Amino acid sequence: MVIARHVFVAALFTLAALSTHAQERFITVASTTSTEQSGLFAYLLPIYERKTGIKVHVVALGTGQALDVARRGDADVVFVHARAAEETFLAEGHGVKRYPVMYNDFVLIGPKADPARVGGGKDIVAALKRLEAAHAPFVSRGDRSGTHMAELELWKTAGIDIDKARGPWYRDTGQGMGPALNTAVSMNAYILADRGTWLAFKNQGDFTVLVEGDKRLFNQYGVMLVNPDRHPNVKKELGQQFVDWVISPEGQKAIASYKINGKQLFYPNAQDPAA
Amino acid sequence: MHYFSYIDVGVSSLPSAMSSLSQGGLEALRLIAGADPKLVQIVSLSLQVSLSAVAVACLAGLPLGAAIAVSRFHGRRALIVALNASMGLPPVVVGLLVYLMLSRAGPLGELGLLFTPAAMVVAQAILITPIIAALSRQVIEDAWMEYREQLHSLGETRLGAAVTLLWDLRFSLVTIVLAGFGRAAAEVGAVMIVGGNIDGVTRVMTTAIALETSKGDLPLALGLGMVLLVIVFSLNAAAYLVNETAQRRYG
Repeated sequence: MVIARHVFVAALFTLAALSTHAQERFITVASTTSTEQSGLFAYLLPIYERKTGIKVHVVALGTGQALDVARRGDADVVFVHARAAEETFLAEGHGVKRYPVMYNDFVLIGPKADPARVGGGKDIVAALKRLEAAHAPFVSRGDRSGTHMAELELWKTAGIDIDKARGPWYRDTGQGMGPALNTAVSMNAYILADRGTWLAFKNQGDFTVLVEGDKRLFNQYGVMLVNPDRHPNVKKELGQQFVDWVISPEGQKAIASYKINGKQLFYPNAQDPAA
Repeated sequence: MHYFSYIDVGVSSLPSAMSSLSQGGLEALRLIAGADPKLVQIVSLSLQVSLSAVAVACLAGLPLGAAIAVSRFHGRRALIVALNASMGLPPVVVGLLVYLMLSRAGPLGELGLLFTPAAMVVAQAILITPIIAALSRQVIEDAWMEYREQLHSLGETRLGAAVTLLWDLRFSLVTIVLAGFGRAAAEVGAVMIVGGNIDGVTRVMTTAIALETSKGDLPLALGLGMVLLVIVFSLNAAAYLVNETAQRRYG
């Protein structure tokens, strides 16, 4: 019964690991795949943890899912990017107050050869119209993430009812940003991505940014403490402390200093009341 | 309306797949040789979680399998079919159910186990208990058919017979336990949902591989995959050797 003994020892180890885990001071942050997969959290959180000794456990999901996790009381803080969905979350009483944190932008990615000839300009709406007219392959996140919600909004702005216009060219993948990019690269399809994930993405192949710089491609991130009155298990003080740090001059400076190959990924704007 | 004819180019991806594989091999070697502390932590968490799940599943599954094997009751056949079918439980569904149970809004929310290794143990144990119970039921029942008369003549009760058979068949049961471990260690859907893939807390081999794939770092993902294969292989080899030695000495 050697196996049994090994198994028993392993179980003890786990219990030990669990008990030290319980003593640690930590908060759970429900956030988006873009903040995790762009490497921002891996850069930012150690700075915060060194300063305060509070561990930050990030669960990275699409914005819609992240807000749902918080709605069930399973997170202390949400850090997402879909203003309208965040306002709804607040209106339902699940959040305390929304603070703008930072922004970057969405970019239209596609093959360098650009067979649908949408690249070069700034006008995302014109580009989408051309993609639809040509029925060029387009990969959609299709997962209620912030990026997906932004994409749907842009189709609407372009006057295209995507539910009617969709065909085999429009590929609804239901995946996170990275997997969707992998899919687009392997299918030679166009895709809307957040710039941070794109810059950090390693399987870029022959793909490049085709449309950028349109005001309508603005991508704002917000942070909120989950309402402790509604969800009594929320770690009110620790959670608020993290929110306060992220929007403090120190946290904002840390966000601005995160770069990949010399390129800044996120631009802090906690001071902008309209953001 | 026209479709672009260049989509789904399978040919051009071939050389890149080959180079990804060799790059993956190099990554695997680099990871193992460097004994990267982060990798060590992820590997040990994977082992802790999956071995604990196997322990729990054995405590529940082996007695259950033995009990069903030696007893006759109404609905037994239906139970066996159900048990055999639940070997194919979809991990994502189990993950979702455990998530709903352990969520703060769920019935067991007060325990605060969601997004902890304990939640991952629970999910994996639920996944592999049916495997261990169903397979051990079969093995024990076969032996029970064969030695039933003998065990009766020795005055064994059904309970005693179940215990005796469990002990006598221990070497055959090891393979079943390993099958359960394999399923637990290879599983990603359930642990992703209930663990949350939190860096340094609930990130295990499979969720780390999924994350690196997401980031488009395919060589690193493949490298991690090879490390996982090596670990599972070593564990199986070790179990086989121990089993063989023990069998020769005591069998």
